[in-house]
Amino acid sequence: MPGIVTDDIEIKVRTPSGGRGGSSSGNSDDGAGGSGGDGSGGSGSVPQRTYITGMTVGLGGILMFFMALVSAYIVRKDIPNSGWHPLAVPRILWLNTAVLIASSFTLSHARKLLKSNDQQGFRHWWSVTTILGVFFLAGQIIAWQQLRAAGLFLATNPSSSFFYVFTAAHGLHLLGGVLALTWILFRPTHRLTQGTATEVAAMYWHFMDGLWVFLFLLFLLGR
Amino acid sequence: MSSHAHGAHAAHAMEAPTGFIRKYIFSVDHKVIGIQYFLLALTAVLVGIVLSVLMRLHLVWPNMHLPFVPGGLMTQEQYLSLVTMHGTIMVFFVLTTAPQGGFGNYFLPIQIGAPDMAFPRLNMLSFWVTFLAFIAILAAFVVPGGAPISGWTGYTPLSGLGEVTGPGEGWGQTMWIISISLFCLASLLGALNFIATLIDMRAPGMSLFRMPLTCWGWFVTAILGLLAFGVLLAGGILLLLDRSAGTSFFIPAGLVVNDQIQNHSGGSPLLWQHLFWFFGHPEVYIAILPGMGVASHVLSTFARKPVFGYRAMAMAMCAIGFLGFMVWGHHMFVSGMSPYSGFAFSVLTMSIGVPSAIKTFNWLGTLWGGKIQFTTPMLFAIGFVSLFVSGGLSGLFLAQPAVDNLLHATYYVVAHFHLVMGVAAIFGIFAATYFWFPKMFGRMMNEPLGKVHFWFTFIGAYCIFMPMHWVGIAGGIRRYADASAVAYLQPLQPVHQFMSIAAFITAAAQILFLINFFWSLKSGPKASKNPWNATTLEWITDSPPPHDNFGGHFPSVYRGPYDFSVPGVKEDFVPQNLTPQEVARETE
Repeated sequence: MPGIVTDDIEIKVRTPSGGRGGSSSGNSDDGAGGSGGDGSGGSGSVPQRTYITGMTVGLGGILMFFMALVSAYIVRKDIPNSGWHPLAVPRILWLNTAVLIASSFTLSHARKLLKSNDQQGFRHWWSVTTILGVFFLAGQIIAWQQLRAAGLFLATNPSSSFFYVFTAAHGLHLLGGVLALTWILFRPTHRLTQGTATEVAAMYWHFMDGLWVFLFLLFLLGR
Repeated sequence: MSSHAHGAHAAHAMEAPTGFIRKYIFSVDHKVIGIQYFLLALTAVLVGIVLSVLMRLHLVWPNMHLPFVPGGLMTQEQYLSLVTMHGTIMVFFVLTTAPQGGFGNYFLPIQIGAPDMAFPRLNMLSFWVTFLAFIAILAAFVVPGGAPISGWTGYTPLSGLGEVTGPGEGWGQTMWIISISLFCLASLLGALNFIATLIDMRAPGMSLFRMPLTCWGWFVTAILGLLAFGVLLAGGILLLLDRSAGTSFFIPAGLVVNDQIQNHSGGSPLLWQHLFWFFGHPEVYIAILPGMGVASHVLSTFARKPVFGYRAMAMAMCAIGFLGFMVWGHHMFVSGMSPYSGFAFSVLTMSIGVPSAIKTFNWLGTLWGGKIQFTTPMLFAIGFVSLFVSGGLSGLFLAQPAVDNLLHATYYVVAHFHLVMGVAAIFGIFAATYFWFPKMFGRMMNEPLGKVHFWFTFIGAYCIFMPMHWVGIAGGIRRYADASAVAYLQPLQPVHQFMSIAAFITAAAQILFLINFFWSLKSGPKASKNPWNATTLEWITDSPPPHDNFGGHFPSVYRGPYDFSVPGVKEDFVPQNLTPQEVARETE
């Protein structure tokens, strides 16, 4: 009576990876449409979409970190008689924000060019994105200097404390993004295809962009 | 079905490293990393046990000269520093590290049929950052002023002001924050790796509901870790700034400590408590969920029966993880929170009893009518269920603000959390160790010695922690260095003596485990591929498994994880990778 053990067979054939399975040609549904330069198939044992899963999960962790700080900010701000003085944000932040938003657009453009196999154009716009990221970071440092010139240091007021903490934490994360973008530009990878690498970097970059816009609005409207 | 056509291509990518350092120290092999985590936790648990023995000695004989204590006679501050370090080391470096970092690392990829974790180098980084965190916490013992005294919860303002609040609050507390922050980072990377591996690296046919319940435990734990450790990291950074940069996130204005006015303004100690417990409560489940998975796995294997209500077991773990994020306020009932918040936290907390009861019922259902084999891992799994119930029931009392107000600062709470997250989780670790030792090291552990170890530990744990409830109800205040100096607590001293003696015997019994472990490592009888006649994928490969886990022959999965005693099949177990044709051939 073998039917008892065989009634629920369902073999998933799309699971094997590029390196492991025999079906490396059959997994075109991987990578959420972003694996444009998937030529080599990858010699590692990890399917390309795993990098995208990993980044998605990682961004969840990063989001929790920042949301903990945001909730601390909201709680701390609303404690009565706690000496909270609203912080007037340095005006250069408007420019920085514009630069960072623009970098998201240049990044998308670069990836579009990569998908149409225009390596030259991709490298151009990818570099522009990286440089815009560096500009943003420089702008944030200028904002710090302006605050310091106005006598607002880390410990001056809880509002300035939070401002420094938020901008430093976000800046460090974005610095990581700049390094990743640079790495993709100069070091072609074998484990990770160019298509996946750019997609993962783009997820991170757009997330950091959106996070910054959120924080900026928090400084503006929630002070 | 070309499931065996994984030849040369895979072998190239999975070539085993040859040098000693790449193979055993900076290895990217999840199996080596798992053992590294395990050994780290083993070292940590020995330190933690020594600390608890010193505390129990001091509680009963406060004037005794003790080893390891600078000056011989323990001061009150030194007692508090032992409390702090015992809690920190046990919670982070044992209960979080061994079940998830150790066994999860080793067996998650094998049980889902993968050659390694999704990101092996990230995995190595996780371990070495955890290692650094461990060095940092040990360093707290030897820095000027010694170890911190603010408890494993690091409550502000005590933890936020520096040396003025106590000898260990200078360097010691700073080392504590650095250690915990590093630990958070490592755990975040680890959680990311676990989740990505489980989502994308499963073998053909290994659908989510065909995973062993151990994998469900590690999966839910990883999600909890991902969402919780970032919050503690944020809190740790703010606390460090309060201490070293003069900010006022957590320190209120006008605070006078040791006749010195503190230069802070308007911070909120409650804010730290919220950040800490938003992490801290999920942390409890991070410690216990892998144990639940192991218990289900082991009970099913040695009852020779499928897990009763497999899907309900998996969903109950998810429900416990989900609810675990909504109940952190029950640690703060006495903080002066609004009664309405207290009521909400109370109801949510008690609702965790529902999935917990489902799990307990199903464990008993798994045992019911089974052909039970009382092996050592089985004994520890049954012990896990027992301790989980005993420790969990007192949680229902503590979940009610009115009752908690009376019991919060007493030994009742200490007894509750030690039974349910301490000893129960340790029993999960022991069950896993005895169960998987043959697979990990290729040799069997000694069964009679293991059983003696079990009975000493099981009875010992109850002898320590059951009377502790009564001490708590009688008003025994926790964290008092010397209760004998308090008149109304003096009648409780004989109970304390009983608990201390039970603790010494139980601690000594752990030597049996160490002997068994290291002796079997060297000269235990060789283990076959599948000594327990179990069904999951780790048992179809060699003991210990080759570098890529399956020697190039990656399995496909055709059935659920617990096909024991299938009617009509000759053997009483059907491995997950057996094809229907192969099963048909075995059928009478």
